[in-house]
Amino acid sequence: MAMATAHTTPRAAARWQDFLQLLKPRVMSLVIFTALTGLICAPDRINPILAAVAVLCIAVGAGASASLNMWYDADIDAKMRRTRGRPVPSGRVQGADALALGVVLSLFSVMLMGMALNWLAAGLLAFTIAFYAVVYTMWLKRWTAQNIVIGGLAGALPPVIGWAAATGTAPLNAWLLCAIIFMWTPPHFWALSLYTSEDYAKAGVPMMPVVKGAASTRLQILVYSLLLIPVCIAPAFTGLGGAGYLAVSGLGGLVFLLLAWRLYRSLAGEAADPRNDDGLYDVRAGARDARNLFAFSILYLALLFATLLAEHLMGATPLELFR
Amino acid sequence: MSDPNREDDAAARARRGRNIAIALGLVAFVILVYVVTVVRMGASVANRPF
Repeated sequence: MAMATAHTTPRAAARWQDFLQLLKPRVMSLVIFTALTGLICAPDRINPILAAVAVLCIAVGAGASASLNMWYDADIDAKMRRTRGRPVPSGRVQGADALALGVVLSLFSVMLMGMALNWLAAGLLAFTIAFYAVVYTMWLKRWTAQNIVIGGLAGALPPVIGWAAATGTAPLNAWLLCAIIFMWTPPHFWALSLYTSEDYAKAGVPMMPVVKGAASTRLQILVYSLLLIPVCIAPAFTGLGGAGYLAVSGLGGLVFLLLAWRLYRSLAGEAADPRNDDGLYDVRAGARDARNLFAFSILYLALLFATLLAEHLMGATPLELFR
Repeated sequence: MSDPNREDDAAARARRGRNIAIALGLVAFVILVYVVTVVRMGASVANRPF
């Protein structure tokens, strides 16, 4: 079992900011945004203080799973340029302390969610933390190239938890929000991994470009993008999104598909022949295509959820095109 | 000669910062539980039988 023990000799005393970094505040902010969207889109209104507590519990739960991930993955993180400065591999925080922080925050967030809101939301939060820390981090990430496809469920669940916190139920529309993030994750992460695959190969993480090659990864990005767009448009047919949402998801989806098609046709992720200047140029141009899709995927998801949030806050009428 | 058991200044500052962060976290948690209790009991207290 690969754990943090080899990298936990502290070089300097841990500051409170190092522990905050263990919670991955940037990822936490994304989780807060999607969970809040689920909570606001739900038909029932709850006390705003309880709504804030629900979002806080989801954010702390996400931070807890990030801390558990950084404890377990310290050996991998130490080998990758992007992650070697994290608190555990850099020696600023002991692995055992990251583990303790993760466990304590998990228990606090789940228990508070159960007592303040309801036990369906608490159960979903507990499942999300366990799925990310155990199923994704300890098992999928080191074992299969499908790691981020299946593991993406953990990142997709916060809107369902938010919805469940507000209503005590998790109906189809809540799971539709989950499906959007779930289907969005593979093209998003594989676009990133196409230009960072050297790092993953060095660390022995079986990311798709490392295992199946760049061409197969580009094809799978295109296939997942084709599947993603109908899922993103679907809320306009189920009484969740309005006319604005239909426009944003449709137009944004076309741009997404165009960028995925360009990436498919590029040489992103291929090994360049340094003796051939033209080949090197094509590979670099491909990396730009991968960066473009990666950047747009973030914007697209943010726009989808921001539009839903705005429509529900302003009381816009949902389309319900199937009715 | 410096005392090997004496904590250097940076370590002492870091420890003090951690202690303050834990104290603030605990106080915030206590307040949070109190507020949640009041909000959840609010309606029942207002409508209690006399």
